[in-house]
Amino acid sequence: MEQEINTYIDGTTIIEIEHLKKAFGNNVVLKDFNLTVHKGETVVVMGKSGIGKTVLIKCIIGLVKPDGGKMRVFNQDISKLNQQDLDELRTRIGFVFQNSALYDSMTVRQNLEFPLRRHRKKKIRGNLDLQVREALQNVGLENTIDLMPSELSGGMRKRIGIARSLILRPEIVLYDEPTTGLDPITSEEITHLILELQKKYDTTSIIITHDIDLARETANRIVFLMNGIAYMQGTYEELVNNEDTLIKHFFKRQAI
Amino acid sequence: MEPNQKNETVFSKVIDEFFYGIAELVQFSFKVFKIGIQPPYEFREVWNQCYEIGIKSFILVGTTAFILGLVLVMQSRPTMVEFGAGAFLPAMSSISIVREIGPLVTALICAGKIGSGISAELGSMKVTEQIDAMEVSGTNPFKYLVATRIIATTLMIPILTVYADFISLIGAFFGSNIKDNININYYFNRVFESLHYTDVIPSFTKTFFFGFTIGLVGCTKGYNSKKGTEGVGKAANVSVVLSMVGVIVIDMVVTQITSMMGYL
Repeated sequence: MEQEINTYIDGTTIIEIEHLKKAFGNNVVLKDFNLTVHKGETVVVMGKSGIGKTVLIKCIIGLVKPDGGKMRVFNQDISKLNQQDLDELRTRIGFVFQNSALYDSMTVRQNLEFPLRRHRKKKIRGNLDLQVREALQNVGLENTIDLMPSELSGGMRKRIGIARSLILRPEIVLYDEPTTGLDPITSEEITHLILELQKKYDTTSIIITHDIDLARETANRIVFLMNGIAYMQGTYEELVNNEDTLIKHFFKRQAI
Repeated sequence: MEPNQKNETVFSKVIDEFFYGIAELVQFSFKVFKIGIQPPYEFREVWNQCYEIGIKSFILVGTTAFILGLVLVMQSRPTMVEFGAGAFLPAMSSISIVREIGPLVTALICAGKIGSGISAELGSMKVTEQIDAMEVSGTNPFKYLVATRIIATTLMIPILTVYADFISLIGAFFGSNIKDNININYYFNRVFESLHYTDVIPSFTKTFFFGFTIGLVGCTKGYNSKKGTEGVGKAANVSVVLSMVGVIVIDMVVTQITSMMGYL
């Protein structure tokens, strides 16, 4: 049962995925996945572990090559872009990794400066220190600027990961399980941080999560991924009150 | 399964892995040349890697080279004196060090220190998604991480070798002076008199290949490592073994070529 609900913030389509297919050997992860994301919208993708949620967002940013289907981001077909154009496109997309993926050999400052140094020409780069401090201030961790990632807690690493992914002011942010492995209080803080930053920078977001609280607070629309398709879509209330056995079971178990 | 069948399966698996490994290295080296020559160039990162790989190895390489030079002379002296060839000690030590011991030992030390370091670093970056993070930030990780390290090893191993040769010759001088009393000017005059460009050029040239091999193997194994932290350990281990074998094979080939050209 697949349904399309056009709940959107703005009419402009930012991400368009049609009949996306991806398999790893005999394991078919995405069979016929369809999704349209509009400007300013926050779409939360939920589903069982190992069902292909992370693969989906990695396909969007070109880290994983799909086996079939069409995928357009900012009206550009990802599969047809050359490396230079893909790199250019990636500067408009932020990606928050599940384990933060901070560069171990660099300090927090260097981690945040890295995208700026790579993509802002010297003339327009401005004051790096100021931009880094502002990014850290946004996530409430200004005092960690000269620490190494190994000196940070899990929650701090997540925050720095979010700050790094937002430092180039991307229009789209993809979050891969931003609250996984965190205690409920830190999860709530991260949820509020995501909301706050979305509001501040007016980003379009796709959030992969199992965290029902995060989904409830952030989602304009929830997509339930199952058997390689967008099994069901809707607002949080629509899904929670849905009579479908699978959906009901999932939300009931997650709530526990 | 019969024991013979089992042995055949294990043997064919080893052969498969060997050829797969060779193909992987060849493919990787083509990619390095293809991507490495395309602008923009990562000069800053090459410089950083030269510092990390080269400058930080100076103490280790220097200490080892000094001891090797010292021990070489101490071990050779009794036999040479017995045959009345004690006066040839400076010549013998210089040719041995410059032609063979200096380049080979430097490369083997670097295969252990640098090769494993590169492999472990890239491997852990891979399993913790740091390489993916670099890619999604619009930076080509192959160019930034791999090409720069291979260029740095190719440039720094020759420099480290020249340095090791020099320190080793000083060690040899001290070794000679334990039982004899040789003037330093006399010693180094004899050293340079006995060295010809046919000794220096082939041995210096091969160090570029040593450096390239160490960087290539370390990067290939690290960048392609799988299976989490276990894979990282395995990649570092394999990269040291393969680099050392590669260095010795290159050394043998260069020696054969030099010999065929009549320089030996």
